[in-house]
Amino acid sequence: MTLHRKFAALAAGAIALTAAGQAFAQTEVQWWHAMGGELGQKTEAIAAGFNASQSDYKVVPIYKGNYTETMTGAIAAFRAKKHPHIVQVFEVGTGTMMAAEGAVYPVYKLMQDAGAKFDPKDYLPAVTGYYTDTAGNMLSMPFNSSTPVLYYNKTAFAKAGLDPNTPPKTWPEVGEFSKKLQAAGIACGFTTGWQSWVQLENFSAWHNLPIGTMENGFGGLGTELTLNSDAHVRHIAQLAEWQKTKIFDYGGRRSDSAPKFYNQECAMYMNSSAAQAGVQANAKDFEFGVGMLPYWPDVAGAPQNSIIGGATLWVLSGHKPAEYKGVAAFFNYLASAEVQAKWHQETGYLPITLAAYELTKTQGFYDKNPGTDVSIKQMTLKEPTPNSKGLRFGNFVQIRDILNEELEAVWSGQKTAKQALDTAVERSNALLRRFEKDNG
Amino acid sequence: MIKRVTFRHKWLPYALLAPQLLITLVFFIWPASQALYQSVLRQDAFGLRTEFIGFENFADLFADPTYLSSFHITLVFCLAVASISLGFALMLAVMADRVIKGATTYKTLLIWPYAVAPAIAGVLWYFMFNPSIGINAWILRTVFGYDWNHTLDGGDALLLVIIAAAWKQVSYNFLFFLAGLQAIPRSLIEAAAIDGASPLKRFWTIVFPLLSPTTFFLLVVNVVYAFFDTFGTIHATTNGGPAGATNTLVYKVFNDGFIGLDLGGSAAQSVILMIIVVSLTVVQFRYIERRVEY
Repeated sequence: MTLHRKFAALAAGAIALTAAGQAFAQTEVQWWHAMGGELGQKTEAIAAGFNASQSDYKVVPIYKGNYTETMTGAIAAFRAKKHPHIVQVFEVGTGTMMAAEGAVYPVYKLMQDAGAKFDPKDYLPAVTGYYTDTAGNMLSMPFNSSTPVLYYNKTAFAKAGLDPNTPPKTWPEVGEFSKKLQAAGIACGFTTGWQSWVQLENFSAWHNLPIGTMENGFGGLGTELTLNSDAHVRHIAQLAEWQKTKIFDYGGRRSDSAPKFYNQECAMYMNSSAAQAGVQANAKDFEFGVGMLPYWPDVAGAPQNSIIGGATLWVLSGHKPAEYKGVAAFFNYLASAEVQAKWHQETGYLPITLAAYELTKTQGFYDKNPGTDVSIKQMTLKEPTPNSKGLRFGNFVQIRDILNEELEAVWSGQKTAKQALDTAVERSNALLRRFEKDNG
Repeated sequence: MIKRVTFRHKWLPYALLAPQLLITLVFFIWPASQALYQSVLRQDAFGLRTEFIGFENFADLFADPTYLSSFHITLVFCLAVASISLGFALMLAVMADRVIKGATTYKTLLIWPYAVAPAIAGVLWYFMFNPSIGINAWILRTVFGYDWNHTLDGGDALLLVIIAAAWKQVSYNFLFFLAGLQAIPRSLIEAAAIDGASPLKRFWTIVFPLLSPTTFFLLVVNVVYAFFDTFGTIHATTNGGPAGATNTLVYKVFNDGFIGLDLGGSAAQSVILMIIVVSLTVVQFRYIERRVEY
């Protein structure tokens, strides 16, 4: 805590220094983000583009570390009253941000107050759905959103006598294909990144199953997880069964399993659409293709649509109205079709507006880069239902940890799928009740 | 006759102690009291709503079976880290003490790992043991036929963080053991050698007892290190997993507080941890120190 305060103070000092050198006519807007490396450069380029496009405002992007560090840093800064105007928060932090009334300046209100042009209908419903309240108001500005897809090794498919242009559509097919691949000498059929996000949260949306009660938590803080339904248990039990023969092979949390796909140990890999650049760079000795997530054909309504991951921009309250006008102007620039299309094409994140999607299409990007439109097609496959709109749970950072732990207990054979999911739900609900008390 | 020094000014001893007292106050007493205060509160992440809830945070903790299993893990982890790092350091120090040619080079190389940050140390070992691309995992698989997988197997994961945490501490212990060994009068060892005592006998009957003050000091330091200083290593490697197999008490404090933003729960855990370490240190001083010969 005190360390964060110190950092916040340092950062504020550094900003004050740089500001002193600038022309005083410009109003400054601070933007804390979590995009490192290549993505960081592209993020800073957006701010630079905005600054060059007008002379009233200046957006100052500051890299604050990974998602968790950026979020906790901004919260600590808020407690010390040294917070930025805009902070990038990942999707699991949404519940926490939404509950922080008084700390957050909702985007729809900001745009209204600033008199800026803003129509929520311009945005992809599957993206904004995650970040709107039950009354349909957009609370934060979508920035980088992705959704999990299936990457597969075309070269290995050909070797196993499978059609390299047909990825498996259903889970039974995944099993069948994997056996053929293993017969052809591939060690493992498939692995997954972000197990909770892909195999539980997106699994639910994709099969039109609720993740939690009260519209996946959108309806209020009294929500409870429902990840232990028969369909969930069957899916996890099947993966556990497959783990024994390495049809499925667990490779660690987050994207730690990526090397298994890169070095051709596993022929299929489920992870974020934004991982495509990484796959491209590392798939040196083989061709890869992109397919939609598999589904269980006997579950009614599957496939529905997948949900997003990634982050949005939240505006924190407590600054001057003139500065918020700058924030609104910046958001308008950010949402323009050109900026969004460029961001989408360079990073693999989804375009947040329909216009950016259309623009990318007319530019012929998807024809030149096959597979890049799978994510958006999968996201928009059907009109989102209350089960596939997204999720909104407090303390979800810790709940993901619980889900990770319990799933790992299944993969290693310590627990059955039913036991683990029941415990996971019970433990998560305790945290949800705690959040309800903290914020009630 | 012992000469007694007396101070004429009453304030002088306090003035001399002041800097140390101030540091203790600012860096220990104040944060510790903050933790105590926070542990009886319930607060949302932004600090917008605060409520006094007494011991509810503590009650929640002891109702959580994973918290109780984390005690067991911490105990195993601590014992293993302390004994491995002390054992290896002592062995290396005894050997380095005998080296005549290039002694400085050996010593420098052995001290190096101490300069490595805990998180980096963790990542180094993590890559060496990575089941898909790690060299050690490959050796274990091809030579010994052992399928190392710390992403899945809790035992492997615990072993990994123990190795990473212990490896880093070996250098520190080595430094103190070496200094301790060099302070042992050569004449004692030579006399024993002339009497016909074997090197092993000389070590156990002369060197080891004379080293006991160093060993005791290092034991206390290592236990504190294993309890408090290892969350960086765990955070960079296993994140407490798989299935909570490496979720030690201090990692849980860090994770719940700084990642999960549950400040009350995290503070309650740190208070419990503080009580454990204070009582462990008291036990060490009361019972083990008796066997130390200064």
